[in-house]
Amino acid sequence: MSEYIVELKNATKRFPGVVALRNMSISIKPGEVHGLIGENGAGKSTLIKVLTGVHQADEGEIWVDGKQMDFKNPIDAQEAGIACVYQELNIVKLLSVTDNVFMGRLIKKPGGVLDYSKMKKLASETMKSLGQEVDVNKESGKFGMGVQQMIEIARAVQVNAKMIIMDEPTSSLGEKEVEQLMETVRKLKKQNVAILFISHKLEELFELCDRVTVMRDGEHIITEEISNMDNDKLINAMVGRTLDNLFPKQVCPKGEVALSVKNLESAGVLHNVSFDAYRGQILGFAGLVGAGRTETFRAVFGADPKDGGTVQIDGKAVVIKKPGDAINSKIGFLTEDRKGQGLVLGQSVKNNLIMSSMKHFMSGIFFDDKKVAESCSSRIDELRIKTPDMETPVGQLSGGNQQKVVIGKWVNTDAEIYIFDEPTRGIDVGAKIEVYNVMNQLVKAGKCVIMISSELPEILGMSDTVIVMREGRIMGEIGRDTEYFNQESIMKAAWGGKLA
Amino acid sequence: MKENKTNVKDLIMKLGPLVALFLLCIVLTIATDKFLNYNNFMNIFKQASINCFIASGMLVVLITAGIDLSVGSTCVLAACTMGVMVQRGITNPVLLIVAALAAGAVVGWLNGFLLTKLKLPHPFVSTMGTKNVILGLALFITDATPIGFQNKGVDAVLFLGAKTVGGFPISFIAVIIVFILFHFFLNKTQLGRQIYCVGGNAEASRLSGINSDRVLSFVYTLSGVMSAIAGIILVGRVSSANANAGLTFDTDAIAACIIGGASFNGGKGTIWGTLIGALLIAVIRNGLNLLGAQSDIQYVVIGLVIIAAVFIDVTRETMEAKARRMAAK
Repeated sequence: MSEYIVELKNATKRFPGVVALRNMSISIKPGEVHGLIGENGAGKSTLIKVLTGVHQADEGEIWVDGKQMDFKNPIDAQEAGIACVYQELNIVKLLSVTDNVFMGRLIKKPGGVLDYSKMKKLASETMKSLGQEVDVNKESGKFGMGVQQMIEIARAVQVNAKMIIMDEPTSSLGEKEVEQLMETVRKLKKQNVAILFISHKLEELFELCDRVTVMRDGEHIITEEISNMDNDKLINAMVGRTLDNLFPKQVCPKGEVALSVKNLESAGVLHNVSFDAYRGQILGFAGLVGAGRTETFRAVFGADPKDGGTVQIDGKAVVIKKPGDAINSKIGFLTEDRKGQGLVLGQSVKNNLIMSSMKHFMSGIFFDDKKVAESCSSRIDELRIKTPDMETPVGQLSGGNQQKVVIGKWVNTDAEIYIFDEPTRGIDVGAKIEVYNVMNQLVKAGKCVIMISSELPEILGMSDTVIVMREGRIMGEIGRDTEYFNQESIMKAAWGGKLA
Repeated sequence: MKENKTNVKDLIMKLGPLVALFLLCIVLTIATDKFLNYNNFMNIFKQASINCFIASGMLVVLITAGIDLSVGSTCVLAACTMGVMVQRGITNPVLLIVAALAAGAVVGWLNGFLLTKLKLPHPFVSTMGTKNVILGLALFITDATPIGFQNKGVDAVLFLGAKTVGGFPISFIAVIIVFILFHFFLNKTQLGRQIYCVGGNAEASRLSGINSDRVLSFVYTLSGVMSAIAGIILVGRVSSANANAGLTFDTDAIAACIIGGASFNGGKGTIWGTLIGALLIAVIRNGLNLLGAQSDIQYVVIGLVIIAAVFIDVTRETMEAKARRMAAK
């Protein structure tokens, strides 16, 4: 008998263009709260999906309770006793708590009629054992996020899960709900249930976990008793390399103000947002997810309506009501969701490159095919887009090259102001550096670049100035040469602290 | 080497409907001696032309990931509008044709309005609504009785559907001209490319500065106008306006587009594929007629062909997704 309840051994998982897991191993003991941390893109999500049978590893083994497993689908994993509470809850909000707790495993009386009295009793008991005395007949959606999450946990408890994976369970909870969750985790631990606890909040790990595993670039870096670790050790293990190699930052002379936003308002979302962005500079926007960074620039770009505020481009007031207006004002917006909002995947590289600038390529009512082809091949060369030819559907390119096509799309509009929203999300390290190099090219040419990013190293590595947002407000502005240009100060501001 | 292989596969996919059309012709040639002759082929072209016009509009709608179920009703409404005018003694051909086109444009514009301004969820439902409203309207204005066009002095309107040049129907010459125009429109003009972009990813198109609502309004209006042209040809072919004539038009048009490579998911489809799809359907109907099959069997066969076409569409999508994954590796 192994001392571990769940073991993943030497797992490798490849996706097109990216190795998401590289010889990754992790072992969890019964009744243990095991922390799992890593930067965005370190492979945590893939690890969870392999453990829950959503993805199958290309190489490697999964052992549960001393038996080797072969998870072909999520049901196999569930039956083996691995449950997962995802960040986005899998709750049918219109169904009752009972229905949700027993979803997929409804208890039937002989004859096939559902045994609701039994299910209600069990659901109610389970919820109670998790510290939630609720009316299990009520629609799940009527409860807050904390209770909804407990419903998912109750579901896991009901199947006698040996291990429950919690993927950033506290990210959407209030303070009190977090406290309740921690209490629940401790209760589960006493019942000898193992918990794999994924979090971005180090203090939670120190409070809850017995051991912690750090991942980076899909690889196992370290597994250690939490008592032997501290903040610095964890962060060093996560970041691993020095920032200089990763971020080829080139400082350019500061030019004129290109974009000036004053008192931008959007009811309930943005409050009095004002800032200036200069030519020759990269202006970073940091903050927690939901701080209003993307919303700010969707409003500036005319993608969402705004309730107030003015926008000046090169010192002249402009009215932007729809994306077309912003494009005419020479703004380009690389949205965070490249596939959903940036590209038409089924269309060719060529068509995507000219999508925002078709009118520049017309000769009469027809396209000037020669001009289109010339322009596209120069974009492909300049941005070093790796594609068999310009007729290849853009969906066939790797993530990094897709991102470069989006950049090329905005270069074709002769944009002077480039808004990059999470520009390196989901692309691998090599491609990231190429995207950074493109940013350097742009600022060197005197363009203005704005970068929204949730990855602090990226913000620090590439920005000349950083603006920190929280709950729709600007908390502060930090210059590259000030003493506050570091992770601690930015995080403090993002959490509502004063810069001092 | 790898590229060659995908190109061959691509070619087979693209030529599939053409090969099917060719095989079907061979089978029918063997099955009945009435199939392979000049007059019958001209007959097929004549029969195909109404569907060709309707399908060309349907194609553009399908490319935007929409659907227009009102095309059959719009076609008969255009025909009935002309019929009622002729009944009232209006015989000026220009006036009649403009009235028919206007009727189609209004219905199409209304479909676009329902989708883009009232934000009705999917055009499947809203155009199903207009389909019934329009059909009711066509029955109402004609008192549900067919209106004859013979000897009313409106031959200048009828010639498009009735006349031939050396046996070759003028209606099909019109189809070829219109399809060439569609080819250039879809591939070489700004609006044409925007239609593909909106169909492939509406949100990305909007954020790229494309006025998606305007594009959508346009395609539904275009679909209405093309249906109205089909109505003008219908009147010429049967010399009467009958509100009940458009029963199979919707499905025939959708089937022609899907067989020709369009997808319900939008973003793709070509006008030449649609032409082949429409011819395939016309040949099936013609062949069944020659073999003495009644309308019951025709319905069954056309129904099966539609199901097969959708199945092929789905298989094609999964194959393409697989090819994308392979290529990305």
